[in-house]
Amino acid sequence: MKKFKGMGVSNGIAIGKVFLYLPLKHLNIENKKDNLTIKTKKEAVERALNSVKNDILLTLEHLNSKDAKKEAEIFNAHLLFIEDPTIKEKIDMLLNQGFSAAYAVECAFEESAKKIALLKNNYLKERASDLRDVKNQVLRKLLNLSTPSLSNLPNKCIVIAEDLMPSDTARINKKNVLGFVTEKGSTTSHTAILAEALGIPAIVGVSGITKEVSAGKTVIIDGEEGVVIYEPTRKQLEYYTNKKQKQIKEQESLNQIKFTKIYTKSGKEIEVFANIGNPEEADIALKNGADGIGLYRTEFLFIGRESPPTEEEQFNAYKSVLIKFKKKPVIIRTLDIGGDKSIPYLNINNELNPFLGVRAIRLCLNNVELFKTQLRAILRASIFGNARIMYPMIAVEEEIERANVILNEVKLELKNKGVPFKKSIQIGIMVEIPSAALNAERLIQHVDFFSIGTNDLIQYTFAADRTNENVSYLYNPLHPAVLKLIKLAAEASHKYGKRIGMCGEMAGDLKSIPELIRLGLDELSMTPSKIPYVKKFIKDNF
Amino acid sequence: MISKEFIIKNKIGLHARPAATFVQTVSKYRSRITISKDNKEVNAKSIVEVLSLGVEGGTKVVIKVDGSDEKQAMEAIEQLIENNFKEQK
Repeated sequence: MKKFKGMGVSNGIAIGKVFLYLPLKHLNIENKKDNLTIKTKKEAVERALNSVKNDILLTLEHLNSKDAKKEAEIFNAHLLFIEDPTIKEKIDMLLNQGFSAAYAVECAFEESAKKIALLKNNYLKERASDLRDVKNQVLRKLLNLSTPSLSNLPNKCIVIAEDLMPSDTARINKKNVLGFVTEKGSTTSHTAILAEALGIPAIVGVSGITKEVSAGKTVIIDGEEGVVIYEPTRKQLEYYTNKKQKQIKEQESLNQIKFTKIYTKSGKEIEVFANIGNPEEADIALKNGADGIGLYRTEFLFIGRESPPTEEEQFNAYKSVLIKFKKKPVIIRTLDIGGDKSIPYLNINNELNPFLGVRAIRLCLNNVELFKTQLRAILRASIFGNARIMYPMIAVEEEIERANVILNEVKLELKNKGVPFKKSIQIGIMVEIPSAALNAERLIQHVDFFSIGTNDLIQYTFAADRTNENVSYLYNPLHPAVLKLIKLAAEASHKYGKRIGMCGEMAGDLKSIPELIRLGLDELSMTPSKIPYVKKFIKDNF
Repeated sequence: MISKEFIIKNKIGLHARPAATFVQTVSKYRSRITISKDNKEVNAKSIVEVLSLGVEGGTKVVIKVDGSDEKQAMEAIEQLIENNFKEQK
């Protein structure tokens, strides 16, 4: 028995057999020269290149059918690498000089990879690892090494790896995998996202584990505790089997509730919505019984890239969620970004106080073209479901008016071009700056709904950075000052017959929910996994 | 042989996706095509060479096309750079 500690990034318990996934990162080329004829070697290289190319094409086909654009982009680059004329020439040259096929492939790819790794631009530097990934695939074919693959997993296994990349898991056999354990990774790593989507446990950050376990042995993982138990004792097996049963039972009772609408005893419906950060999370939200999307963050489209997303890219990202949610509301928040993130194509000046500077709606009103492109994409997608638009960081009425003027311009342009969109699309704002709450009665007259963003509202109310531990005593959602602001916003919206929701962390916090219901909130939006618990809590207590 | 000077207008230059689109486009033609920056000339049909040229936004590059379809190739390149490397639908 060996016990390992890591970070649980997806809950649940799994008991299964170890599947060690170790794609060889560094291959040793033994023979630099050999006596094979040049023609034989050239043919062997050609076969290996073609074979890898076919693999990539198959993966691309698979990804395109899943509509996984970002991943497909990576493999499109792989395809260009495998067909690169410079690399081919270099290989031929080395073969003509009598070097072995493997050595020629290694040197030709490595020379280019090194050049790319030297570039200043970080995004480009990373392409060197893509190039090496392709190189290793070619070498494995040449050396007749089996390609480790997750597409052919044995039944009921737990995949243990150093790290899992999109290229590793693109064709994973989902039916047979019970959980993931990786040495690297974080809550936002690919492993975490995939595990959450599959609804299986995952533990990351378990350093050294790949060297301490053998394939086929029994292993228990518990996502809640973040532990991995290798070759468990009978007692441990019993304990975790019981714990798993209990979890399943609890899950069943939650399952019965989660897909129902929730009413308080007085007959008022409390809508329980999900916050999502990309289209893939929409599936997780639906699985957890979300009545709608209370916050669709659109930043994922804009971060970590060199140029702004095109209208088409955005349109597809919005459309796919709207289609999945059918008639259920999907509140799409326009870009909420500022000087704390470096976005190379936005030319944001360095600010002393980025959280008090040009961000969110302020940034969009300064970058009208960027804003228009996003609004156009949302409007075009609006015919596929029940979309609503929400402006973040509204401080004063003038900002709503200016945003709406731009929105109306976009609507007119679309109308003149005969492009269909939903004319009655609802517009709302985030109430997350104290001035907005204090002035709620004036603001609500310009919009259809409010949504309170508690994370920022609390931070701006107490002038306390929520990431600064030294002032964390000020970060108190249930403080009367915060509740008063929420009350002002709720009363104003109800006075005008409009709805008010909340999409901050407070909305999914069981300790806060009694206050929120008392204050009259109509909708609570939270991390998808919390929805079943919140629904049960409201049903049992109100 | 046709030779033309261009300024890469888009902010990020010939990086990542624009580079891929560029290579994919020029590879459709039979002509020999090169791109050069600061007198360093490379094969425009090679993604690794184009990437390692490190063309930033606003840089001047010279593109040379030599072959039977050089006219069509240069036209396509001009259009691509004009449109800031937007993929042709």
